[in-house]
Amino acid sequence: MNDKQQNTIRFLIGLGDDSVVLSHRLSEWCSNAPYLEEDIALSNIALDYIGRARMFYQYAVELEGNKRTEDDIAYLRNERQYTNLLIHELPINDFAFTMVRQYFLDVFYCEYLKLLCDSSDEQISAIANKAVKESRYHLKRSQPWITQLAEGTSESKERIQLALDELENFVGEMFLMEDWELMLVDSGIAVDRKNLEANWNSEVQAFLNKSEMCFPDSQLQIRGGRNGIHTEHLGHMLSEMQYIQRSMPGLEW
Amino acid sequence: MTSENNQQSINQEQLAVYEVFIRSNRGLDHKHVGSLHAESPEHALMYARDCYLRRSEGVSVWVVKSTDITASQEDDIPNFIDPMDDKPYRHATHYVLPENVTNM
Repeated sequence: MNDKQQNTIRFLIGLGDDSVVLSHRLSEWCSNAPYLEEDIALSNIALDYIGRARMFYQYAVELEGNKRTEDDIAYLRNERQYTNLLIHELPINDFAFTMVRQYFLDVFYCEYLKLLCDSSDEQISAIANKAVKESRYHLKRSQPWITQLAEGTSESKERIQLALDELENFVGEMFLMEDWELMLVDSGIAVDRKNLEANWNSEVQAFLNKSEMCFPDSQLQIRGGRNGIHTEHLGHMLSEMQYIQRSMPGLEW
Repeated sequence: MTSENNQQSINQEQLAVYEVFIRSNRGLDHKHVGSLHAESPEHALMYARDCYLRRSEGVSVWVVKSTDITASQEDDIPNFIDPMDDKPYRHATHYVLPENVTNM
């Protein structure tokens, strides 16, 4: 297997990890959302991300020559082997935090996946084409929630601001590229996320300004996810997510 | 987890009820499929999508605030519906066709 193939597999697993980790976080709202309709809506988004993770993992497994399954990737790796960007793994916290994170990621994915549709790899392009439509809907949902909470009560406004302050530190990593991923950009397979940063910032700033929220300009960039260096939260999350497969190996539904 | 706190700020009783209508196919009518809670018509439309369209049940959705619907009342039935029962001449089948008419 050459470098390009190896990097492509690494790239696919990273994207799959982003999706599966966020999916699990969103699923934690199932039966806990403020009311039933929102519960179903959030669970639906969690399912979209599970579907996305499966597409990335299945393709990675295929490129590896089917030596392991998508379930092996999801359920039998520990946190140091997970390579998701850190923003996906942060605990759901309160509803405001969940929605601000979702809004940040929705803005990011709408642009990122749009560009990934032009990937020279047909399979990746097809996955992006399917996923970008989902993200456009997710954004249509998260945006009005931010406005509503930011312009709601003093408590909801304060919670939005706390979420913004906390999440800002994890935004930088979304646009951080490593050498191996840049090599894939050169061969037309991947997208340079660094190029998305300026537009992302101005779009989010302009949107938050409309509700008179301020976006702190943190110089602190917490990073490491793509290299398996995580916050303390991921291990706990995986222990719950992987519990059944670890305690009853090979169990199928 | 802060679900208790969330319930303090968003209470289901404060939300409006919306009736959901779905058109299952081009050319068909919108049919009532159920109702849901939401805090704005826009949210209601999105919830309708997530609660009633997950399996491609339709191509178009209407949501209508339940309070905007004026409905006939159960206890009005004797005056409102029943009087129509004894007027068979309002149905085409009441009339005997002349023998010469073959194609009706």
